[in-house]
Amino acid sequence: MKKIIAKQENCMGCGLCEVYCTTAHSKSKDIVKAYNSEHPKPISRVRREVNKPVSFAIQCRHCEDAPCVTACLSGAMQKDQKTGEVTHNKDKCMGCWTCVMVCPYGALIMDKEGHVVAKCDLCQGLEEPACVANCPNEALVFKEVKP
Amino acid sequence: MAKYVIVGASAAGIAAVEAIRKADPAGSITVITEEACAHYSRPMISDLVSGKADTQKMKCKTDDFWKINNAEPRLNKKAVSLNLTEKTVSLDDGEKVVYEKLLLATGGKPFVPKMEGQEKDGVFTFTNISDAQRLAAKIDSIQAKSAVVIGAGLIGISVTEALIKRGLKVTVVELQEKILSLLLDAIGSDIVEVVIRKAGVNFATGQSVQKIIGRPENDGAVGGVILTKGDQVPCDLVIVAIGVIPRTELVVGSAVKINRGIVVDNFMQTNVPDVYASGDVAEAFDFILNQNRLLPLWPLAVLEGRVAGYNMAGTKTSYEGGTNMSSLKYFGIPIVSIGMANPKPDDTTLEILVKQDQEHIVYKKLVLKNNVIVGITLVNCIDRAGILFNLMKDHINVKKFKQDLLRDDFGWAVLPATLQRKMGVIQ
Repeated sequence: MKKIIAKQENCMGCGLCEVYCTTAHSKSKDIVKAYNSEHPKPISRVRREVNKPVSFAIQCRHCEDAPCVTACLSGAMQKDQKTGEVTHNKDKCMGCWTCVMVCPYGALIMDKEGHVVAKCDLCQGLEEPACVANCPNEALVFKEVKP
Repeated sequence: MAKYVIVGASAAGIAAVEAIRKADPAGSITVITEEACAHYSRPMISDLVSGKADTQKMKCKTDDFWKINNAEPRLNKKAVSLNLTEKTVSLDDGEKVVYEKLLLATGGKPFVPKMEGQEKDGVFTFTNISDAQRLAAKIDSIQAKSAVVIGAGLIGISVTEALIKRGLKVTVVELQEKILSLLLDAIGSDIVEVVIRKAGVNFATGQSVQKIIGRPENDGAVGGVILTKGDQVPCDLVIVAIGVIPRTELVVGSAVKINRGIVVDNFMQTNVPDVYASGDVAEAFDFILNQNRLLPLWPLAVLEGRVAGYNMAGTKTSYEGGTNMSSLKYFGIPIVSIGMANPKPDDTTLEILVKQDQEHIVYKKLVLKNNVIVGITLVNCIDRAGILFNLMKDHINVKKFKQDLLRDDFGWAVLPATLQRKMGVIQ
């Protein structure tokens, strides 16, 4: 499957991945409205990890044997057997945070307002995930990798 | 055609079905359950009471789960006895189901201590969907205003939150001096207790219920409780949420070895050939205590059931082990507790790292042994808890960066590049 790969040596820690992820997961898909006027607030599913001079972006790695799927108490987290994507159904999510407890990447975001988890969905419907498409220095690439 | 028979259709039973089907596309699978719905999330029963979830949302698998996996659920059937020589399971309707490989995933049943008046109308346990449905119906039918919850552990706190959301006044009675004592130390427990009290909950700790009393107009219905220290608490409902004990009835007196739960090896096999056990009924491996023990937790039941399923279908798979690990969402204060939460203070082999921020109600504690994490407590700051959990699970030596583990900005970036690469965080 195609996955998002982080290249630490290219990352400047600018945070544009977070901005574009937030926008891509907003209702309006408009950067200004997404940040200024949408309620509930859209949430970035990618996180910039910074410990200067080191920085890189982390989002769900869509693990082959995903611990979040096994641990999920509600059945909200599933592994799509066809696409390989780890999907999250927020209508089923009970906000128990068990996936947060087990994710080795710390990639699951707590939407405290919605009491559910938010995670990378690889921007279904877009040609390329928004974080990858808008990274100014190719620190995020979307490519085919072995599962 | 191997005949796989599974008794119990909750976390372990369902996970076993999936594993068997992956390893053996053809063998027949029969799952026996006394419940009417066989694929729902038990941890969600408190959401059913609060009204946050309905029975549809509670389903942890789609309704075509059984069809997809070509497995036959036998709903509303109770397995009443076992013949290990004939290799049969007898059901309450007299039928005998023949097995070649058997999985006992019978789970746990609520522990209810002897109390005078426990037979009164309005006393509930709280482990499965029918308990929750009966409780919710009772709240409506008698317009319940107050409840006493016995037990301030995971189940007790979860049902307490649901009752508060329904507008009831709740008193929680706990035998230990501190609430959530299996998950938190005294500091953590106090922090959480303050938050829950603010939501209107009363706690009576260090005591239990000696007697459930009736109503003046109807002695058969719950009217209150008398605590062991003598206080009387009026209430309309009593919910017993002390904990669960393994449902070993089927194998008691048989050749299957039982300690507190059914004894299994790392392949989830019992001492009797072709008989496996998983989930709350089994004593599986704890990788922190380095011994097998009861750990009645949903995610572990899934892992154990999966291992059992693979092995039953001939794909040799070893259980990696689990430990006491819980994530709590209740009363708006998220908590993660893994491994040793509250070790004895005089244990000199342990190193304890603590960070507390009273203003933000944040408490973090790590317990290390020989520079390996063996205990994690996070109160109101559980973000990225999984990174710590995996350092623990993989027995990573944290000596060189242990001062970074409790940083406010803790994340993969503060960990050594060698680890980042090993975990595939960066290329």
